[in-house]
Amino acid sequence: MNDADVKTLEIDGHQISARRGQTILEVARENNIDIPTLCHLDGLSEVGACRLCLVEIKGSNKLQPACVTAVFESMSVITDSDRLNRHRRTILELLFAERNHICSVCVANGHCELQTLAQQQGVTHIRFPYRYPELPVDASHERFTADHNRCILCTRCVRVCAEVEGAHVWDVSGRGINSLVITDLNQDWGSSSCTRCGKCVQVCPTGALFDKSKIGSGHPKYPDFLVNLNLMREAR
Amino acid sequence: MSQEITIGAQSQTGPDGKSQTIVIDPVTRLEGHGKITIRLDYNGEVQDAHFHVTQVRGFERFAEGRPFYEMPSLMARICGICPVSHLIASARACEAVMSVRIPHAAALLRRMLNLAQMIQSHALSFFYLSSPDLLLGMDSDPATRHIFGVAAARPELGRAGIGLRRFGQHIIELLGKKRIHPGWVVPGGVTEPLTVARRDEILAMIPEAYANITLALDGYKQVADTFREEIAVFANFPSHFMSLINEDESIEFTVGALRLIDEQGGIVEDGILASRFTEVIGEAVEPYSYTKFAYYKPLGYPEGTYRVGPLARLNIARSMGTTLADRELVEFKQLARGPVHGSFHYHHARLIEILYGIERIEHLLNDPLILDKHVRATAGVNRLEGSGQAEAPRGTLNHHYKVDENGLITWANLVIATGQNNTAMNKGVLQTARHYVKDGRFTEGILNRVEAVVRAFDPCLSCSSHAVGQMPLALTLLSPDGEVVDRLVR
Repeated sequence: MNDADVKTLEIDGHQISARRGQTILEVARENNIDIPTLCHLDGLSEVGACRLCLVEIKGSNKLQPACVTAVFESMSVITDSDRLNRHRRTILELLFAERNHICSVCVANGHCELQTLAQQQGVTHIRFPYRYPELPVDASHERFTADHNRCILCTRCVRVCAEVEGAHVWDVSGRGINSLVITDLNQDWGSSSCTRCGKCVQVCPTGALFDKSKIGSGHPKYPDFLVNLNLMREAR
Repeated sequence: MSQEITIGAQSQTGPDGKSQTIVIDPVTRLEGHGKITIRLDYNGEVQDAHFHVTQVRGFERFAEGRPFYEMPSLMARICGICPVSHLIASARACEAVMSVRIPHAAALLRRMLNLAQMIQSHALSFFYLSSPDLLLGMDSDPATRHIFGVAAARPELGRAGIGLRRFGQHIIELLGKKRIHPGWVVPGGVTEPLTVARRDEILAMIPEAYANITLALDGYKQVADTFREEIAVFANFPSHFMSLINEDESIEFTVGALRLIDEQGGIVEDGILASRFTEVIGEAVEPYSYTKFAYYKPLGYPEGTYRVGPLARLNIARSMGTTLADRELVEFKQLARGPVHGSFHYHHARLIEILYGIERIEHLLNDPLILDKHVRATAGVNRLEGSGQAEAPRGTLNHHYKVDENGLITWANLVIATGQNNTAMNKGVLQTARHYVKDGRFTEGILNRVEAVVRAFDPCLSCSSHAVGQMPLALTLLSPDGEVVDRLVR
């Protein structure tokens, strides 16, 4: 590694060195600096969709998503400020207002990344009017259910199915607020080309994709398998 | 020329300009929001009286489109007092859709959970809501007529009540991890078996529970005789009764089939499984209440109205199936020849059921099969319609669902105990008001008696639990020209 491959930077006042091409998020996490994320998942490509990982970079008035912003020499990053927290809370509140998230009767209650983040960010009320959209529930699959009421369009399911399982059953239809994740060409999940591997269920951060047999017993998800799977594949 | 009396925040004008209306709003020490109106004629005699449930919930509607396996935990949200009854009736309806029989241990565990809930709910009804009337007196000072007043005047009984409620709630928590809305009951059984440590923890609580219920039964029997006048007019009339019963004619809360008896105790219908419920029972709607009025179809409405709950269960059961409760049942049956018709005796029946619940829980815990690890059956949709029933503390509960091929609910109907007791409560309010309100005159104690009739049924209105204590209740007597003549604030 030559000198040009090493970048030195500052995150929240800590002097840190990083490798060229690393993202702010990677470097921060390597140094135990927490930045909240939702669409990011170790082992999947980045889409920078949720904007929860926005950080301040000295010299720029624009906030940047840490998951897709590469580090550069002498960079100075702030991951925690009133301004950032205000934005993060707003993003979470908008997610809650957009669809029908009823934690008390959700299969993911207690194991939901959206719920956990809202608690961490101190969200106690939603300041925006709820949209209460009428959204479908796809229970056609033998083992799993897709409840669009709880989907936050992070596209983890789309990426894991395409990038890791190689099936690319999931994709996104529609635009903007009308977007929905779909299976195949908008067929029922049960009659799609799904391989029934269940990876999408494990990476889904909310109760949108769930295992029917887990109703009532708590539904912790184990997205860590991705990192191990990728390691094993690389070793081969 | 009209005279209007309002209690609470609302005021109401007599539609004919002559009559006088007494409004009790809200009715206190009930689970949920209700209101009573009493219409007096020009001579001050009670013309009519109604008990209104003033809120709508909409559970049947918003269940549509949801997966059937979500129903138990979703439907249980109806009520913070009796979520377990809804869990069980709902899970049984789902099991009809799945066409499965649940494992033996799951059936034992559910039975125990349901009994624990019955104990805590009855303790709430008897001690927190009704014992202030029973132990302190119907006319006692409303400022202290609450559970804290009971705890001050009769500390041993106050403690017994709190202890029995804790007993039931703690069992629910040990089994289902949560005191309220445990998600443990699922279609096909329960999610987790019982551990030895938890079984022993429950067993250790049983001696104290026995001591508490003995105190309560003795305390009740000492005062019951002083309420002869109330017993005679608190919804005391012949009616049909309905409840679950076992094949050996002993009391049942969780499985079994329904039996309907007439006013003399003769069996009118027997072996009513949940799937036959709608053949036998219909529901009528009245404009003044959000709660429906259930009736026995062959007799029609309102002739076919019947009562459910502790009084019905004890009238129908030939035995309790446990030693101590059976002894109490014999004494209870001596209150009348044939079925006991006085609704005041709901209180007595409730205490006997608590005793039965403790005994049954002890039996269940001593059954080694209760620790079996097979507690959940799995299946998909095997039928497009299913019903389930159970005895809630306050009476028979029926859940009825229709699903599509994927198991999404297309239609749901719930028949709750309060709807089945609705006509009897309304008749009881009228009977009591007619007896006590004379010449347009009444006292706070008289209005409290009108409320106490409803409390005897322990209706579940909303049904969510409310804080104990003072609810704003004001009574204003207005003169014909609208002038305030008298005002009474509780």
